[in-house]
Amino acid sequence: MRTVAVVGASLAGLSAARALRSQGYDGRLVVIGDEPHRPYDRPPLSKEFLAGTLGEADLALESDDEDLRAEWLLGARAAGLDRTDRAIRLSDGRRVRADGVVVATGAAARTLPGTDGLAGVHVLRTLDDARGLRDALALGGRLVVIGGGFIGAEVASTAYGLGLDVTVVEAAPTPLAGPLGEAMGGIVSALHTDHGVRLLCGVGVKGLGGERRVEAVLLEDGRSIPADVVVVGVGARPNVEWLEGSGVAVDNGVTCGADGRTSLAGVVAVGDCAAWYDPRAGVHRRVEHWTGALERPAAAVAALLSSGAAAPGVPRPPYFWSDQYGVKIQFVGHTAGADTVTVVEGTTDDRSFLAVYRRGGHPVAVLGMNQPRLFTRWRKQLAHTTP
Amino acid sequence: MIPACRLADLPRGEAFRLDIDPPVSVFHTVDGEVFAIDDTCTHQDASLADGWLEGCEVECPLHASTFDLRTGAVDAPPAKLPVRTHEVVVEDGMVYVRLSTDAPNLPPCVTARLAGGPA
Repeated sequence: MRTVAVVGASLAGLSAARALRSQGYDGRLVVIGDEPHRPYDRPPLSKEFLAGTLGEADLALESDDEDLRAEWLLGARAAGLDRTDRAIRLSDGRRVRADGVVVATGAAARTLPGTDGLAGVHVLRTLDDARGLRDALALGGRLVVIGGGFIGAEVASTAYGLGLDVTVVEAAPTPLAGPLGEAMGGIVSALHTDHGVRLLCGVGVKGLGGERRVEAVLLEDGRSIPADVVVVGVGARPNVEWLEGSGVAVDNGVTCGADGRTSLAGVVAVGDCAAWYDPRAGVHRRVEHWTGALERPAAAVAALLSSGAAAPGVPRPPYFWSDQYGVKIQFVGHTAGADTVTVVEGTTDDRSFLAVYRRGGHPVAVLGMNQPRLFTRWRKQLAHTTP
Repeated sequence: MIPACRLADLPRGEAFRLDIDPPVSVFHTVDGEVFAIDDTCTHQDASLADGWLEGCEVECPLHASTFDLRTGAVDAPPAKLPVRTHEVVVEDGMVYVRLSTDAPNLPPCVTARLAGGPA
């Protein structure tokens, strides 16, 4: 291979570029990113960066003396992939021909239909989003967060710390029930009410009130929640439209094998846009975790450089963390199929505990609140025992 | 030199945290080697003694940056700076640490707290 193009310049793209060099690839390396910024870390955007305790320089993912010998095309959005010569078409008309392609285009925050152009309505995905939201929160007032998932919960927690009046609206009866299950979702989301943040569950959002600026969130049960700032945290959709017609199979994200290879030879996909085959579960799963974006590119690059001859390693069980109201929340594994969840250390009332999810008696997932030491032991054990 | 703990009280695969400022951790690897590094991850306030010890490396319990116990070097983000390493001496079954005179690479939140600023 003489040219490899990495499309996407966030954690997954940077990790792929690093893996290419560390695995001995010595050819031309082009990294294409739609944002104008060098790779930066997203988790602090809803936490320390939003709170103002971390600056932009602290977000940089590259070290000062790092040189990947890459050509960086930043502020350049990929618009298409031509399968005949594996060339990436950029929105500004340029083409980048490559022998190998790493798709790392991530995901975009979902928005509420019909809210475009209404001032005071934010999503949080990019550094530019975070700058805008940070400035808005600095003015204080009433914040309504639509969506009680992790991003919404972290924004609510940070805004509470900044002194705003915060309400979280969640359409499902229990927030976080998807990733954590009903019981633990209820316990973790009780952090809001512990701190006097209003949590409204089981009610959908009908629309937003206000002419040019948002003034209220209108609920389906007829209530109207006054708002100076609204954050929409209702998930993300994979950025894969640009692959249409390329021959790269796309379903919910790029459909990949257990080593990141796509349906098109010479193209692998990593990070939030990629749905890798999970041999443990027998299904394709799009994992939107930071640690997946960090760890999986090495396997995908090995597959790319060897044309699939490299045996894929068994990926570690997916791990993520969240910080809310000063509590460290850590989770590893999958709750799908778990039949029991048991608190094995601490108590849920103290918001310091460890809970183990089991299927047929075997641990399949672990949740910790303020238990990093014990959690790490369980995480290690799960990695070594999960079949 | 600072006495840390008795080697017999530190099983292989375990770590002992010395509560000095900044804290230092002594690791006893599965292969029987003993190392000492700064306990605080250079990215955020997390105790590496709580981390995932594998071979001569420890992974931060929070965000998965891995530090080499021999050199202090970090392998992957989010941490970017190495931790300090300290000399270890085992004498008569006692583990001693000779502290490095280098400046520590503490995370921004801890540096701010030590400086009396907002954490």
